[in-house]
Amino acid sequence: MVDLPKIIPQPQIPRRNFIKGALLAGLASSCTSNDPFTTAATEESVMASGEMVKLLSTTGEIIEVDKAYLKPLEEIPSISQTAQRMGIEGKKFVMVIDLSRCKNLKKCQEACNHAHFVSDAQNWIKVYPIQEAEHTAPFWQPTTCMHCDDPPCVKVCPVDATFKRQDGIVGIDADRCIGCRFCMAACPYSTRVFNWDQPLLPPEVLAMNYSSETSCPPKIGTVSKCDFCPDMARKGELPHCVSACPNGVFFFGDMNEDTVTNGSETVRFSELIRDRSGYRLMEDLGTKPSVYYLPPVDRLFPFKNELKPEEG
Amino acid sequence: MIDQSSISSDKITSDLMPQKFGKAGTIWVSILVLLCLAGLFGYYRQLTLGLGVTGMRDYASWGIYISNFVFFVAISLVGSLITAIFRLTNVGWRTPLTRISEIIAVSAILFASIIIIVDMGRPERFTHIFLYSRLQSPIIWDVIVITTYLVLSVLFLYFPLLADLPILIKNSKAGSGLQKLYKFLGSFWKGTAAQFKITEKAVKIISVMIIPVALAIHTVTSWLFATTYRPGWDSTNFGAYFVSGAFLVGAGGVIVAMYVFRKAYKLEAYITEKHFDYMGKIVVMLALLYLYFNVNEYLVPAFKMKKAEEHHLMSLFTGEFSLLFWSVIILGMIVPIVVLIFPSGRKPKTAFIMGVLVVVGAWFKRFLIVTPTMLSPFLPMYDVPENYKHYWPTWEEWAITIGSLAGALLIITIFARLFPIVPIHETIEERQNVKQQML
Ligand code: SF4
Ligand code: SF4
Repeated sequence: MVDLPKIIPQPQIPRRNFIKGALLAGLASSCTSNDPFTTAATEESVMASGEMVKLLSTTGEIIEVDKAYLKPLEEIPSISQTAQRMGIEGKKFVMVIDLSRCKNLKKCQEACNHAHFVSDAQNWIKVYPIQEAEHTAPFWQPTTCMHCDDPPCVKVCPVDATFKRQDGIVGIDADRCIGCRFCMAACPYSTRVFNWDQPLLPPEVLAMNYSSETSCPPKIGTVSKCDFCPDMARKGELPHCVSACPNGVFFFGDMNEDTVTNGSETVRFSELIRDRSGYRLMEDLGTKPSVYYLPPVDRLFPFKNELKPEEG
Repeated sequence: MIDQSSISSDKITSDLMPQKFGKAGTIWVSILVLLCLAGLFGYYRQLTLGLGVTGMRDYASWGIYISNFVFFVAISLVGSLITAIFRLTNVGWRTPLTRISEIIAVSAILFASIIIIVDMGRPERFTHIFLYSRLQSPIIWDVIVITTYLVLSVLFLYFPLLADLPILIKNSKAGSGLQKLYKFLGSFWKGTAAQFKITEKAVKIISVMIIPVALAIHTVTSWLFATTYRPGWDSTNFGAYFVSGAFLVGAGGVIVAMYVFRKAYKLEAYITEKHFDYMGKIVVMLALLYLYFNVNEYLVPAFKMKKAEEHHLMSLFTGEFSLLFWSVIILGMIVPIVVLIFPSGRKPKTAFIMGVLVVVGAWFKRFLIVTPTMLSPFLPMYDVPENYKHYWPTWEEWAITIGSLAGALLIITIFARLFPIVPIHETIEERQNVKQQML
């Protein structure tokens, strides 16, 4: 069973769509025979599953609710399609990935896959073992979509389903994508994945309206990729990978403000790049990525190849 | 050898009138229909289950649908080669070949458009191409030139057919469905001098127009690849490389079709050994040209062996695709050159076998252009299930692909059942001209 989403409640969601259990639990202090859950349940004819989950009520008590009565938040994009395509005014999002701190924990990948319902076989974030040449030092290199400023994927898309926003993010409109996969051939960073089969999603997620800011729900026959989590940015939070990494590998921020943060350290972007010799991948192709890398010098962890042979 | 000019026009007409399918014809058509049905079933599964039924995955995100598409586009060039170029340069022996090559072109380009829709993950959003189209995408360029080429090719097939329609109406059973079809298509055509003049003019204009459009569809199709960064595709030669390959497969296809129609309809007096001889020489020339471009595409990068190219080139030369690669180069190009260079190699039967080699080789060549490059990304193939790292088409893909090839052959076959595959009117006129010159 897929876990219910941690996804992106936007403001302006009608009250009745909140997780009923949690909300009403705050009002009811005990579970009597005519407790609100059963009433709500009979109204919508939901059968109790017998499986109880613990929830924290709004008054701070821990309560138990039958799992069947939980309802996820419905994704109602409070931001119009046009606004999603425009992006956030005045921003220019950048990411800095500190290679000296990465030890291939893949917490970023886990959090990302979970938040975006990425299929089991696929990953938006990959942590590559890289060794440029025989006698050079190996290191781990996490990759996301580079959100190129001259994005080859956007250039080739015939229907404008992949687009560049004013805040630098390259987004995908899965309601428009025709599934030609030209963008996949064009992306030199092999970052795009295609929904070959019907994605396995909880029905609640399936019923949501697609938002290019969360790239959810993924739709069969269309492409997906890392979206830089603009929904989190709108809430003033960091992308899932950034907050999931225990080693603070990912810095995310706004180039116009010249600040990036990994959640615990906040630094000047320009200084970080200058002092630590930041660079970008495949600069020679002219794609102008928005993701910068800090070289793996003075590594915090020795490179240990824990790969199973078939992975290598 | 029959004295060509002595055949009467009645004999020509009765020789060239479309005939009912014999036993072999019926079997042939039933096989094609069955293959098409299998393809339709495969496509039904793909529609209901998604592209997951194919062998394509994130790395090999394009597979045999795309290479089959390129093949169809390539073979469709033959229409303009034989019909337009030969017409404009007044090549005298082209008459019996024009309609054959034009119907190959029409059916191939038709199936090219169908197969590209089959490749789409969301075929029901086909209209988005027009609703949201962005002119900067090479796909849109392809849509524009392919539609133009399709329209021009259909007209190019239809206009020269007009002169045959009165003959067909006269010689078909009164009131039969066939006659109704002929009447529908051309009862307005009375064969007046003015009408002849207009048709001739129209055909001439199309001949001129279709050549740049035909070159454009191949060039633009090559740009689908060459506008990306990938090793093996990132080449400034790609347009010319595709055009030359298209000429080659088209010429090979015509030899095959010539041989089959000659046998099936007993057209020895019209499609003569001379035609095989000439076409054989043309294939030699085109194969040499294509070989030249292959040297450019593979040996020049191999001389440098840039890191990104290395994986791609080695997978072709010695790796996963080497058997296929060398078979295509040797059987699809070198052997036809060597055989067809000798006059005895240009006899109908050997020419036919070489034509088959060229066409089959060309199909696999397109596979070799698409798949090995897809499997040579810049960053290593990593953190994916094992089957993502290789590509082998599933039965659904084969069924659809073979079904589309069968469909193209079916259109050609049905066309030959309905209309004379060698133009009757033009042949009669040509023979009369020869006679007059002799007198
Ligand atoms: S990394 Fe690939 S998908 Fe992302 S913007 Fe660049 S070209 Fe597009
Ligand atoms: S697969 Fe979708 S996003 Fe990619 S180029 Fe085609 S239509 Fe655009």
